Amino acid sequence: MFRQPVGDNEATANLRYLRNSVEQLFDFMKRTPLFSAHQELGAKLIEFGGWEMPVYYSSIVDEHQAVRLRAGLFDISHMGEVVLHGQGALEFLNAVLTNDLRKLAVGQGQYTLMCNPVGGVVDDLYAYRIGIEDYLLVINASRIEVDFAWLLARKRLFGGAVTFEMENASDRYAALALQGPQSAAIIDRCYPQASVDGTQVSRPSELRKNQLGCFGAGRKQVLIGRTGYTGEDGFELILESEDAESAWKRLVEVGAQDGLKPAGLGARDTLRTEVCYPLYGHELNEETTPIEAGLGFFVALDKGDFVGRDVLIRQKAEGTRRKLVAFKMTERSAPPRPHYPMWSPGPDGAVIGEVTSGTQSPSLSLGIGLGYVNAAQSAVDTPVQIEIRGKRANGVIVTKPIYRKAN
Amino acid sequence: MANVPQDLKYAKSHEWVRVLGDLATVGITDHAQHELTDVVFVELPEQGREIKQGEACAVVESVKTASDIYSPVSGEITEINAEVGSNPALVNSEPYAGGWLFKVKLLNAAELEPLLSPEQYKAQISGT
Repeated sequence: MFRQPVGDNEATANLRYLRNSVEQLFDFMKRTPLFSAHQELGAKLIEFGGWEMPVYYSSIVDEHQAVRLRAGLFDISHMGEVVLHGQGALEFLNAVLTNDLRKLAVGQGQYTLMCNPVGGVVDDLYAYRIGIEDYLLVINASRIEVDFAWLLARKRLFGGAVTFEMENASDRYAALALQGPQSAAIIDRCYPQASVDGTQVSRPSELRKNQLGCFGAGRKQVLIGRTGYTGEDGFELILESEDAESAWKRLVEVGAQDGLKPAGLGARDTLRTEVCYPLYGHELNEETTPIEAGLGFFVALDKGDFVGRDVLIRQKAEGTRRKLVAFKMTERSAPPRPHYPMWSPGPDGAVIGEVTSGTQSPSLSLGIGLGYVNAAQSAVDTPVQIEIRGKRANGVIVTKPIYRKAN
Repeated sequence: MANVPQDLKYAKSHEWVRVLGDLATVGITDHAQHELTDVVFVELPEQGREIKQGEACAVVESVKTASDIYSPVSGEITEINAEVGSNPALVNSEPYAGGWLFKVKLLNAAELEPLLSPEQYKAQISGT
């Protein structure tokens, strides 16, 4: 079911574009298949990337702690899926993505980025090899249209063997993220079975990090990968939209005895900020490169040519003008927020950068954040001041991740 | 359902006022604290500052966002709640008691007239 692209082409892409334009015209927000489930749970809803999504059910801190200590369940159905099938898919993807897909066995995934010719980030994503010649890309909600148009354009330019199909399957699939130390126990109780495809395991908890398996039978199949965006152990599930609500309700019910809570985008953001995972539109955009963002580990400069490689090679060798750093406050202050100026301290202090993500860390009970600063002032332990409503509060640049699990 | 005490007046921007003589105590409503959740920082005005009705004079920060607090009345700030400065969660747990923000010496009692009654405020928040 996850293998075969369903006849997507430019005509259906255009149709989708038209429909989205109409939705925007009338200011409709898109809703996931779990929208009514969120309403039943009393979720507080916000707009995120054109989607009406839960920001929290009980409170951000409550849900954050549930994920750090027990388990949380997130609706991530707004994220997009692109499916590729065919002989040329690997060669094509390796020419448009920064990481090396040749490293992936069937049933494995990797974090990767898609760059423009000047090294700017079109999107950051997860690429899974789901069959011998089958790949699944999980992309950001706000970037679905841009990414797919970009991929179609690159496909047209692609010199290699263009013997593959590519589908924007975002509307067909829903996705859930089960995160937290109790996740393995919960996933096994909900899916007590061996995988039928992907990585061969006798139950989902046997999957290792970045491995993915297909579970269930017939129309009720679900892809389960051991991945996440919280810094905790956890699983992400991709399934047909019509199966999403029953899967969600079952996980909530079965997980309740382990302290599982439904969790919203608010907790998702505080969790990922604590472990310094970038968020597209904050740390990443088309004017920012993976090298500046400190994501060089996911850029395989030695794999052969790919879009943006020349710039990234040069930046890696010569360094960049600015760098993404993590910081925490060293005095009591209001939480840092995106776009707050970052200063060097002292009477001759100057603006050295800008906050891209900031919040009050529920795990550490202090202000934390990420931001771009001049490379010369980016070393760990460098004091930094954050300008909050005209006043500067003291902080310090720290090692990533800001929060590390004690054990 | 949010708690809306009968003995208070309310501003459309979700502050409450309790008047005793010429002294008005100001805080944010139960509904407002519930919308904000997880208050982590409160920035209060200087004692002695003269403020006008509708002026932004405090900031309540939750994990999610920063919200300006507008004074429902004009006058001099005579007292601020130092307790919420060190324990901002009081705004969530006791919005009408320990979570009060500041006290204003009323300049013009007529300003209380256009503020919302508990019934009017209830109608406003049930419409949102």
